[in-house]
Amino acid sequence: MGIKDLSPKELAQRVLSGDRRAAARVITLVEDQSDNANEMMKELFPHTGRSMIIGLTGSGGSGKSTLIDHLISRFRAMGKTVGVVAVDPSSPFSGGALLGDRIRFQSHSMDDGVYIRSMGSRGYLGGLARATADVVRVMEAMGNEVIIIETLGAGQDEIDIIHVAQTCLLVLTPGMGDDIQAMKAGIMEIADLIVLNKADLDGANLCLRGLEAAVHYGLGEGPGWIPKVMPTVACASKSIDVQGVDDLVKGIMEHQEFLYETRKIDEVRANRIEQELGLVFKDEVEKVVFAGLKGTGKKQGYIESIRAGDNDPYSVVEEVLATFLKVENLE
Amino acid sequence: MSAGKIKVILSKVGLDGHDRGAKVVASVLRSAGMEVVYLGMFQTPESIVKAAIDEDADVIGVSYLSGEHLVFTPLIVQEMKAQGLEDVLFVAGGSFPPEDIPTMKAMGIDEVFRGGSLSEDFVNYIRSRAGEKEA
Repeated sequence: MGIKDLSPKELAQRVLSGDRRAAARVITLVEDQSDNANEMMKELFPHTGRSMIIGLTGSGGSGKSTLIDHLISRFRAMGKTVGVVAVDPSSPFSGGALLGDRIRFQSHSMDDGVYIRSMGSRGYLGGLARATADVVRVMEAMGNEVIIIETLGAGQDEIDIIHVAQTCLLVLTPGMGDDIQAMKAGIMEIADLIVLNKADLDGANLCLRGLEAAVHYGLGEGPGWIPKVMPTVACASKSIDVQGVDDLVKGIMEHQEFLYETRKIDEVRANRIEQELGLVFKDEVEKVVFAGLKGTGKKQGYIESIRAGDNDPYSVVEEVLATFLKVENLE
Repeated sequence: MSAGKIKVILSKVGLDGHDRGAKVVASVLRSAGMEVVYLGMFQTPESIVKAAIDEDADVIGVSYLSGEHLVFTPLIVQEMKAQGLEDVLFVAGGSFPPEDIPTMKAMGIDEVFRGGSLSEDFVNYIRSRAGEKEA
């Protein structure tokens, strides 16, 4: 009997026993938003929520994947199992994607303690894919103690990562702009650790100082975590020339300790659940409404009436939702 | 099953460093709407199959350009069988003598595309076969 013939419950059971083929299949079903996905997630969810979740974001080419390769090694040396979700952009035209993060994780290709999954963003904005939150849950359920999420090469506002990850790393490189860039809102604000990778390039020292100043000016009121600026050299022809990775791991562990000591971890976890709840609600409500409209010709009617100038999208949605909420008796 | 996207693991195996063809094919498949996990050079049958498991791939694609096709094809087929990936499509592209093609197919490869193949040949083949192969 092949893995494709298993029931949702059997598949979920296999995931819980650490079966990577089953986990891989469940992740596909979640990505494809298949009908069985929710059933499986229900089985897995109680076995999640305990892993350490680290997120890396930053522009394409800044070295996120190469840094993750080193992070995997360090966590493996601590005896921890590691899951990695690496998101790359899907084409808005063809829907296809070139998922090229795995090529940087070669040194772990034969390690059974490492599970790596590449994902196309499939049109979802915010730096992650729609299914990323669920995929992280699946990786937790299969027993990974550390989970590393790599966003697609994000720009200035792709900050969804803070809703899933506990410790967020922003990866920058020298030459990406002056201190004014570093003072802008958005992605700069979500970093718990700011990594200046390729710190052996010209201008790195000036850049480092600019980032430290920006962090200092941007501090909020009261005591809290002060983001650390950490220089690294992740890619080197000789491993002895790799710099700053041990300090980076130390920084991650310090931030984790901070979260647990201040009980901020509860806030982070609640925030994650709130986000997931919102996503599931949105999907399910949309599904119910569109399923209800299907075959009635009403959707086309609404579109026509809006096009003709007799109606507008806001009134249509209000009207449709009012009908559905009445039918379902949801007050 | 393939309600979603076709996922392809694309790589080169052994010490052959001619990766231009694999990169061109990766771009073509991407533009054809597939999700392509590019593993790059210096892979082994084991690393390719393990990546295919983790990624729940529909297709394994390998580029051969240095006469290694008769060595690695049976090794990859063997590893796929050992790991229970009989339902995954295995295709190769590259440069090899036409008289080797029946041998490669007898070894268990699903299809081969030699230099000069049109992109629509392999795109259409993968589209029609991916996810349909019987275990």
